[in-house]
Amino acid sequence: MFAYIVRRILATIPVMAVVALFVFSLLHLSPGDPAVIIAGDTATLDDIVRIRAKLGLDQPLYIQFVTWVWGLLHGDLGISIFTNLPVSKLIAQRVEPTITLTVSTLIVAVLVAIPMGVVAAWKAGSWIDRVVMVFAVLGFSVPVFVLAYLLIYVFAISTDLLPVQGFVTIGGGIWPFLSHIIMPTLALGMVFAALIARMTRASMLDVLAQDYIRTAQAKGLANDKVLIGHALKNAAVPIVTIVGIGVAALISGVVVTETVFAIPGLGRLTVDAILRRDYPIIQGIILVFSAAYVLVNLLVDLSYTLLDPRIRY
Amino acid sequence: MTACSRIFRSTTAAAALALALAPGAGRSETGPKALRFIPQADLRSIDPIWTTAYVTRNFGYLVFDTLFSLDKDFKPQPQMVDRWTVSDDKLSYRFTLRDGLKWHDGQPVRAADCVASIERWGKRDTLGQKLMEAVDEIQADDDKTFAIKLKAPFPLILDALGKLSSNVPFMMPERLAKTDAYQQIPEAIGSGPFKFVKDEWVPGNKAVFAKNPDYLPREEAPSFASGGKVAKVDRVEWLYIPDTTTAAAALNAGEADWYEQPPADLVPVFAANKDIVVATVDPLGNHGILRFNQLQPPFNNLKLREAVLNLVNQKDYMGAAAGDPKYWRTCAALFGCGAPFETNTGADVLLSGPNLPTAKRLIQEAGYKDEKIVLLSATDQPIVHGQALVTLDTLRRAGLNVELQANDWGTLITRRTSKEPVERNGWSIFHTWTSAPDFFSPAVNILVRGSGEKAWFGWPTDAKIEALIDAWFKAPDLATQKKLAADIQIEAYANNVPYVPTGQFVVPTAYRKNLDGIIIAPVVFLWNVEKK
Repeated sequence: MFAYIVRRILATIPVMAVVALFVFSLLHLSPGDPAVIIAGDTATLDDIVRIRAKLGLDQPLYIQFVTWVWGLLHGDLGISIFTNLPVSKLIAQRVEPTITLTVSTLIVAVLVAIPMGVVAAWKAGSWIDRVVMVFAVLGFSVPVFVLAYLLIYVFAISTDLLPVQGFVTIGGGIWPFLSHIIMPTLALGMVFAALIARMTRASMLDVLAQDYIRTAQAKGLANDKVLIGHALKNAAVPIVTIVGIGVAALISGVVVTETVFAIPGLGRLTVDAILRRDYPIIQGIILVFSAAYVLVNLLVDLSYTLLDPRIRY
Repeated sequence: MTACSRIFRSTTAAAALALALAPGAGRSETGPKALRFIPQADLRSIDPIWTTAYVTRNFGYLVFDTLFSLDKDFKPQPQMVDRWTVSDDKLSYRFTLRDGLKWHDGQPVRAADCVASIERWGKRDTLGQKLMEAVDEIQADDDKTFAIKLKAPFPLILDALGKLSSNVPFMMPERLAKTDAYQQIPEAIGSGPFKFVKDEWVPGNKAVFAKNPDYLPREEAPSFASGGKVAKVDRVEWLYIPDTTTAAAALNAGEADWYEQPPADLVPVFAANKDIVVATVDPLGNHGILRFNQLQPPFNNLKLREAVLNLVNQKDYMGAAAGDPKYWRTCAALFGCGAPFETNTGADVLLSGPNLPTAKRLIQEAGYKDEKIVLLSATDQPIVHGQALVTLDTLRRAGLNVELQANDWGTLITRRTSKEPVERNGWSIFHTWTSAPDFFSPAVNILVRGSGEKAWFGWPTDAKIEALIDAWFKAPDLATQKKLAADIQIEAYANNVPYVPTGQFVVPTAYRKNLDGIIIAPVVFLWNVEKK
């Protein structure tokens, strides 16, 4: 197992190298020029040329790439072109909101969706099953921003229970922290709860049709023991896989939620950087996302061994 | 506009309506008095000389100070300067700074700081560059006095030092002002009424300013950027909320005190909240702009530019870009309506238009052979995109072969630097908008310049306009300046058509009723604002 983990971690190095090369090339080949954006609407071409030179953007691409990689090898993600702040600092500022939102969303989604999926499979074809499926379809169908506005209307505007926007770190107090994270978590959790509920139901239906489940029931084992101890454990591998994909997607893909609730997370940092062509931020953050994807996938793969003893690495 | 974006806009507008109509209770707040302000854009750079972005200009006004500032009559008034003298030959100016001026790091403001600041600004700003062409020497005589010696009289020297909009000649400590003008300063140490709290700056989210206890405001009443800059709150917090509906809800719920530029479709819904005031604090507003590429066919042909001038109906443009008619007016004056150099001279075609038959005749006379016209637009800029959609429709109705190429603003402003033909990623027309401090006189209006490849994007060539602008800079009095400004306008409309103004509009602002003392000016100033 240890050798497997080391092999997987070493395998990330070429993956990251390819990502770095790909992202760098794609960014510098796509239209847009930070020097033009910096110079502003009233700048002349001469101003733009000079700014580009000062930023080193007039250098051949391979020199810019080597300079960037050399910095990476020394643990330096670069300096934001616009804010003049280190990319590592900007990412560090945004990690807590994103991780908080990711974890809280997953907790809510898993706590809601897995019981729903199990019960739906157990009562397949009943009204309970249909209610769960309606929930799942709604979760997929209602855009996050619509749900977010509805939540703001109900909990922030009408009842004044929660703040409209913003993020407070846990150091700012438990209630301020929770009050700012409840609505984003609900808005985002709905989608993932729907996804996990559907996957749980499908996987459970498959397992519940197996002979050993029938045997367990024939032996008079209680329903809860059959469902939780036998069926759910064996249905867990695809569920964990989808949760893992969800974690990876949440880390980078919560832009809409972050935007609507004005949460300063990594998703918004990425989009803002792309809009203004802040190359060092985009490059740095995509590398961080790639590393997160690799790590999450590794953890998911390792979790298989705990859930299914037949799986060995 | 795609069906998808229509649905999105309708949904968000409906949501906004619901949110804003709701009886949201304002939240009480504790701690020092903080003005929570939602700015027009995210603060990305802290160097107002390095970039011309308006949000950084507004940041500059909080943190830095100026030697002179324009008042509501566009007259320069002393700000950091206590007194000044001019030699009889108008070639030597000597300025003495006010007593007790201090930088935010506690050091005294010295004349040498001001000299370095003027020199850095003069390398970047167009008016500054014009001033520096006339300057022979700038020298600090002692810690409080410096002199500017000119090679030739420059009557606008005080106007230049009090320039209202980007790049504003903000004063900085010498160690910062010595930074290359094309590189950012590493920190924002000014002598203005507020100190920038860099530790609390989260780009894309929040910027915080603390009242500068050492600031010595002038005694005169505030007027535009001039007069006493009295900080009446302990802190100013800029809360950047990218989603306009959420920003509206935050103002409605009392989580913000002032929303600088709510979009036009959200403005009507604020009317339902008695705690919110919707007002226009900008007395002049902005011009919508239709700009031609004069280097490439087909708009290297004056007749075709004249044809488009005949097609423009400003009411259509303003309806699309600015919404409610109470926030816009038609205006053909290149230097703005309500501004000192307003005139309708030479603008008959635009004022009496649109005139489709004349436009069609001009298209024929131009020898137009269905060449492709590439119209650039940016869908993330509603005012730009609204204008572009009107142009697309108008030009197609006149039989022109127009292709709309819509991207984001970052792509548009990169693409417009191309001087290539449309077949090689060039362009024919783009839209933008500009605020009155950037077009109200020949000194600041770069759109009207005719200096060819050195001119602003579109690169019009017109030696007569250039000569008239040179004469304007040397004009001895306002009457002569007005005459020359009118001549520039006549020449522009008759013989060049460098651009077409699509109307003049204001962007309203919304704030909670407990704010008082907001200064009426083309730039948002946050001093003098009191939170009751």
